[in-house]
Amino acid sequence: MTAKRLPSGGRIDREKPVTFTFDGKTISAFEGDTIASALLAANQWVVGRSFKYHRPRGIWGAGVEEPNALVDIEIGNRNFPVSRATTEFVEEGMVVTTVNGRVDRAAILDKFAKFIPAAFYYKTFMWPDWHLFEPYIRDMAGLGRINPDLPETGRAEQINHHCDVLVIGSGPAGLMAASLASKAGKSVLLVDNQRDLGGSLLHMDANIEGQGVSGWIADKTDEIEKSGGKILKSTTAYGIYDHQMIYLNEKRSDMARDLASGLDCLWRVRAGHIILASGAIERPMVFQNNDRPGIMSADAGLKYLKQFGVLPGQNIVIATNNDSAYGTALALREAGANVTMLDSRKDAQAEGDFDILREKSVTNIIGKNRIEAVVAENHTIKADLLLVSGGWTPSVHLYCQAGGKLDWNDTIAAFVPRASVNGISVIGAANGTFELNDLFAEAKAVASNYGQPTTGKNSGFNIEPNWHGPSAKGRAWVDYQNDVTIKDVELAARENFKSVEHLKRYTTLGMANDQGKTSNINGLAAMAAITGREIKEVGTTTYRPPFTPVPFASIAGKRSGELFNPVKRLPLENWHRANGASFREYGGWLRPAYYGKDETEITREAKHARTSVALFDGSTLGKIEVMGPDAAKFLDFHYYNTVSTLKSGKIRYAFMLTEGGAIYDDGVLARLSENHFIVSCSSSHVDGVHRRLEMWRQDQFDPTKIAIHNATAQWATLTVTGPKSAALLNKIDFNIDLDDETFPHMSIRTGKFDGADARLSRVSFSGDRSYEIAVPAHKTETLWSQLHDAGAEFDAATIGVEAMSILRAEKGFIIIGKDTDGTTMPQDLGLTGPMNKKKGEYLGKRSLFTENAKDENRRQLVGLQVAKGNEMLITGAHGIERDGNDKHSIGYVTSSYLSPNIDKPIALALIERGLTRMGEEIEIWHMGQSCKATICAPCFFDPSMERLNA
Amino acid sequence: MQIYPCPFCGPRDETEFSFGGEAGNDRPEPAEKISAERWAQYLYTQDNPRGNSHEIWVHLTCDEVFVMERDTVTHEVIGTKSLRQEDAK
Repeated sequence: MTAKRLPSGGRIDREKPVTFTFDGKTISAFEGDTIASALLAANQWVVGRSFKYHRPRGIWGAGVEEPNALVDIEIGNRNFPVSRATTEFVEEGMVVTTVNGRVDRAAILDKFAKFIPAAFYYKTFMWPDWHLFEPYIRDMAGLGRINPDLPETGRAEQINHHCDVLVIGSGPAGLMAASLASKAGKSVLLVDNQRDLGGSLLHMDANIEGQGVSGWIADKTDEIEKSGGKILKSTTAYGIYDHQMIYLNEKRSDMARDLASGLDCLWRVRAGHIILASGAIERPMVFQNNDRPGIMSADAGLKYLKQFGVLPGQNIVIATNNDSAYGTALALREAGANVTMLDSRKDAQAEGDFDILREKSVTNIIGKNRIEAVVAENHTIKADLLLVSGGWTPSVHLYCQAGGKLDWNDTIAAFVPRASVNGISVIGAANGTFELNDLFAEAKAVASNYGQPTTGKNSGFNIEPNWHGPSAKGRAWVDYQNDVTIKDVELAARENFKSVEHLKRYTTLGMANDQGKTSNINGLAAMAAITGREIKEVGTTTYRPPFTPVPFASIAGKRSGELFNPVKRLPLENWHRANGASFREYGGWLRPAYYGKDETEITREAKHARTSVALFDGSTLGKIEVMGPDAAKFLDFHYYNTVSTLKSGKIRYAFMLTEGGAIYDDGVLARLSENHFIVSCSSSHVDGVHRRLEMWRQDQFDPTKIAIHNATAQWATLTVTGPKSAALLNKIDFNIDLDDETFPHMSIRTGKFDGADARLSRVSFSGDRSYEIAVPAHKTETLWSQLHDAGAEFDAATIGVEAMSILRAEKGFIIIGKDTDGTTMPQDLGLTGPMNKKKGEYLGKRSLFTENAKDENRRQLVGLQVAKGNEMLITGAHGIERDGNDKHSIGYVTSSYLSPNIDKPIALALIERGLTRMGEEIEIWHMGQSCKATICAPCFFDPSMERLNA
Repeated sequence: MQIYPCPFCGPRDETEFSFGGEAGNDRPEPAEKISAERWAQYLYTQDNPRGNSHEIWVHLTCDEVFVMERDTVTHEVIGTKSLRQEDAK
């Protein structure tokens, strides 16, 4: 006797046959079938192997709760690992593979079950090392397989949405609430994870408001849409976050669609109010061998019959502890099956036109790959299908995620919501209310007052729970997917893992892909019984998103590749590209590293810059304007160096410290006029420096007397450096006198370029005579091309960031964050002037006088020369001192280059007491290799600074 | 994802804001008269209240720096005040 497809009925299209393969076998189905309904109709009972014991498993449910029927799906060039066969619809050409049933070699594990209880792996494979065993165990256990040969999925769309009322679930309660709220003028979004609206109505026969089910659903849908409400089908509300933010994953289209259009879509919905009408999930019962294929929830049995026209068995036993399965029994009887009801209750009143064995519970199952008979104490009933109704668990996941508290309700033997939290009202079966009239009343109430209707009306199904059956023999499953049995719960209790959170982690109860949708309550009930407590005392574990698995593509959205962390781009990027620049990211900016064929160009550029003249795009340098009568006082507070003594038209190099005294940034401060400064901080710190300035301005200063404007992007900075830089600039009209007498090093002048404002600064990062020219961004190309044209006669060359890094290292000029770390203070660079002399307050001041700051063993910036040969030191290599066999670090190399201008390796390093160890030879150690280096002053080129004015 | 009301722009998504520290942690000055203990307390000691808290936040898109009163347990935002308001601190 078998399952079979009925000639009529269901929401499938018998005119449209679909074929797919399941573990290599061809299966015929119809449009509208799920993989599970098609497998049932094809009489395929074993759909997978259990996770730990590799026991054969069949389909349990018909929706998101499914613990057993997990499959990998491949179709076209797409791959959907670990999908639930009960929620995925069939498509032509699908290749479906069970996730844990490829080879049955591990079935032998089941024979050893008594030796592998909960925590067996933790306890056993500790010696000698878990990692020795881990790969084998993982290989045997693993879920699902991604096909690495398929192309990467595209970028999923993400949508932000606002509405007055979000209704989750389109069963009778949700539809009613959504229609009432829309008619009351609210903007409504109704979502349901099914393809069709209606929820449980889809497999129910009922007369509602004077009409049949489908007519009523159509009417309500119409009402919602006509009032402007929006409806999303195949959409799961999977997580709720702070301030009524709900995340939805919309299954956009058929799997067969191509990569670009076939992705799911993520919705971020901010709802004024949330009505949760997410229904309830039927529970299994716990008895020996309750995991055999052919055991299914009674609700699923009815769904397969009503929605898919599949009669899942011919000789059906229904085990129940409540009234709800009697309707199912009747429907199956009418469809032609023999039905025997096993009702465990003492005082059951329910009747039906089928055999009813009262006060009888299932004690064992006969049959391995498919049930053959049901044993109920002294009865043995031949059966090809056992439907189980152990009561209903309201789906309160989102309510609990939002911080909702649950109360145990004895009437329905389940946890139900206590009070409205954070704008969420729970209604219908999710609130423990099952009768249509009652849940309609709840829908009406919340659609007007948005509170939380109390539950516990004696509506429903007269449950008398039989938590863990009379049998103590054999193994009875609580969690199918993670293979947790009653014995594991007993073991956890015995070893004092009695807290529900401990029970969960110790046994893995509820930790599987299904997150315990069918197993949690039975597990809690078992723990309660074993420890002599009430279920409400045991409590539930914490509910966390997602309700069902969400594709990573949805969560990532567009944030991948270039869009993951977009770079900042230069106004001259196109020019650089056209002229052979190789780009790299520096502090969030995409900048030319060098120009030409490969890295050997860096040396050429660095040499060239010291012989004639070099052009460098320094547009990333900070340009933060600080203005106002208190500007000087304000900058004095922000900088280690005194700023207020700076004369108009002059420039000063200065450090900004953290309050902890570490150097946060270095920059050049230019005073354009009495009350107008330009803070040119380092490229990667512009946002940080600007934020600090702005916070202190508003917090501790008079904001009416200081204005701050970050003009970094509005101005480009082009640097002209080298012995012939002045000669080149003389060819371009800035209306500025370049004479060294009137325009010396460390001064700034304003002028005009091509009709626009221009600023020339004499500052140098290379050590050679240099000019930084700032012009409005839209003038950048004009200036750059004029510099090139004029530069031709001076053999001007363009240089990238790498060459500039060498030039500055030859001079011992630091890069913050490279040659300093989060502990480096100004005195570690030998700059003690302000610390000893500056009177007023400044950021970090007190920290410069702490015990730590005065420690004589501080790491100080020095130069290093290799003692022998011409090998560069490795950046990051440690200076070490040996003490017998021990060695300890005395600091590390921060920058290291092969200097093209002095033709030998140079390095900067932070070394303990470095400033007092000039000439000392130290050992440098890196990855087992060691060499010697001599400590020197951190300046390798032109120490007398003559080239600044050369 | 929380919503914070910027005193200048109105309610905005939390990703637009940056935390600036606990409100009321006044900077001890002048450095010469501040003990190491007092300075360490300013730098490192946080009240970290459970429940009602007063914090400095910046709305990055408009640069408004403000005090926000919120509940660190429920994440309820009780209110925000611009630092320009006299009673903000």
